[in-house]
Amino acid sequence: MKKMLALLLVVSISFVSCGEDNDDNIKTSAKTSFEFTHNWDGAPVSNADFENTEYTNANGEVLTISRLRYLISDVTFTKANGEEIVIDGHNLVDVTNNNGLIYNIDTNIPTGAYTNVSFTFGFDNEDNAGNYTDLNSESFNVPDMLGGGYHYMQFDGKFMDTSSTEQGFNYHSIRAVDSPGMNPTFPQDTFFTVDLGAISITNDATIEVKTNLAEWFKNPNTWDLNTLNQMLMPNSSAQIMMHDNGKNGVFGLGTITQ
Amino acid sequence: MKKWTVHIVCFAFLILASCSDDENQVQGYEPTPLPLDIPPLFEQNIIAPVIPSGNPQTVEGVALGKKLFFDKILSGDETQACATCHAPQNAFSDNTPFSEGIDGNLGTRNSMPLFNLAWNYNERFAWDGKELSLERQAQEPVQNPIEMHSNWDDVIDKLSNHSEYPELFRKAFNTTTITKELTTRAIAQFERTLISSNSKFDKFSLGQATLTPEEQNGLDVFMDEERGDCFHCHGNPNNPLWTDNIFHNNGLDATFTDLGLGGVSGDPSDNGKFKSPSIRNLAFTAPYMHDGRFSTLEEVINHYSEGLQDSPTIDPLMKKVEQGGVQLTDQDKADLKAFLLTLSDSSFLTNPDFTN
Repeated sequence: MKKMLALLLVVSISFVSCGEDNDDNIKTSAKTSFEFTHNWDGAPVSNADFENTEYTNANGEVLTISRLRYLISDVTFTKANGEEIVIDGHNLVDVTNNNGLIYNIDTNIPTGAYTNVSFTFGFDNEDNAGNYTDLNSESFNVPDMLGGGYHYMQFDGKFMDTSSTEQGFNYHSIRAVDSPGMNPTFPQDTFFTVDLGAISITNDATIEVKTNLAEWFKNPNTWDLNTLNQMLMPNSSAQIMMHDNGKNGVFGLGTITQ
Repeated sequence: MKKWTVHIVCFAFLILASCSDDENQVQGYEPTPLPLDIPPLFEQNIIAPVIPSGNPQTVEGVALGKKLFFDKILSGDETQACATCHAPQNAFSDNTPFSEGIDGNLGTRNSMPLFNLAWNYNERFAWDGKELSLERQAQEPVQNPIEMHSNWDDVIDKLSNHSEYPELFRKAFNTTTITKELTTRAIAQFERTLISSNSKFDKFSLGQATLTPEEQNGLDVFMDEERGDCFHCHGNPNNPLWTDNIFHNNGLDATFTDLGLGGVSGDPSDNGKFKSPSIRNLAFTAPYMHDGRFSTLEEVINHYSEGLQDSPTIDPLMKKVEQGGVQLTDQDKADLKAFLLTLSDSSFLTNPDFTN
């Protein structure tokens, strides 16, 4: 029986493969997925490194990572004529639990050349006002007194402070907010667009997004964990610094497999 | 060809064997599905509960599970039931730091309250996460020598020779062949029905109640990263579970006699980590923490305010560790307690579906 089943399977696969081969010449749309990989200035980072591997940031502080998860949304494919295909959705990249490291786009994308592929780090303000059961279930919310919505990132760890004492840090990125309370105000947007650049889609594609975690602490603001470590959510200037550093070199295009 | 023939014969035999099991099964009988009654706040805000495909909820399965949960037949000398240490009046916990087993021995962990368990998405149960499903968890206390101190062979014998259970198992699982697995499946079905969602705060969330100024300030303390910062581990009004169901070292000890998650994972970086319990029903679940060390909510709040102990695995979410904690004012402490108590659901304790 097993052999028969195996034989049937092989025959079916052969037919399917033949079909695909024929389609290759006329493939008009393709499945795309985004694979998020992480590094510290080139050294690969995975959850196996958490609470274990030490890294030195631009300011010279030695740190370890305890937890890391962040939100991306609205993947956009832009054609030369300016036409945009916007994928209205989000993905929580949970490095701690190895969830969401690969984001499969539900909608097939027309094959062809795109002058830019981009996504939003966090949520734009409109999306941030929505209610998302998956993110609520992860308790990824931002308190109402800070404007509500969701964290863009939770990056927790520990570092050695100037007195050589281990101290926690909570590099939590949210929408920058002032005047916490019933009527908070928002000094500037702190979500940002990540441009991966031109990509030509010829077949089903996996697009690697390389995330250099060291950059969160580097450019243009050399991050001093001794002064900015915890309780950063209500600190709008810290949020703006995170935004500025995030925009400058954290994310980049890696390998495209198709 | 010979092998194929053998396979075909085996397959036919299996079919015949399943058909010939008619002594214990009624052909065509199916227990009645009983989907969980999901509260609107849960439906609106969080993803669906986890129901294992191999153990769907049924009217008959839940009824059997309830009877088993309250039946002392599961313990060695028939003096204790699951409900002995998981009593409805204590939100299915008990009121002592450690529970006494049938031989008078004490355990080393506080009995965990039981509610909203189907929404524990990672399906790691117990303070240290050692139980990977509700079904598996239910196997453990029965045979634990310091708890119910029985053994499953004896329990199955007693259930099989009981005047009612074989028929109840037939109704629940369409077989009178009682097994450990079916027994714990029934208990897990009952446990999944233990849903608590009717506290004052739930009514507030639904626009059916108002908070006092003290309770509102307590919520603000809870949600304020510069004061309580409780929400990063215990959730927020958008998540009616009020726990992240994750394991943290919340600064109870500088050194560990109980390794918690580290004792299960073997990873030293997990030492001293225990599951965040839900803060629902705190009015009924004292004492608190994995070892029941705090008798009152005031003691719990004081711990986070000025009692933190540093250690290599303390969670980085713990604030101002060098000062012992977040240094709440007396007013904020009192208001925080007032808010916490709004999450207590007294109707859960008296729901006739959950009591014997």
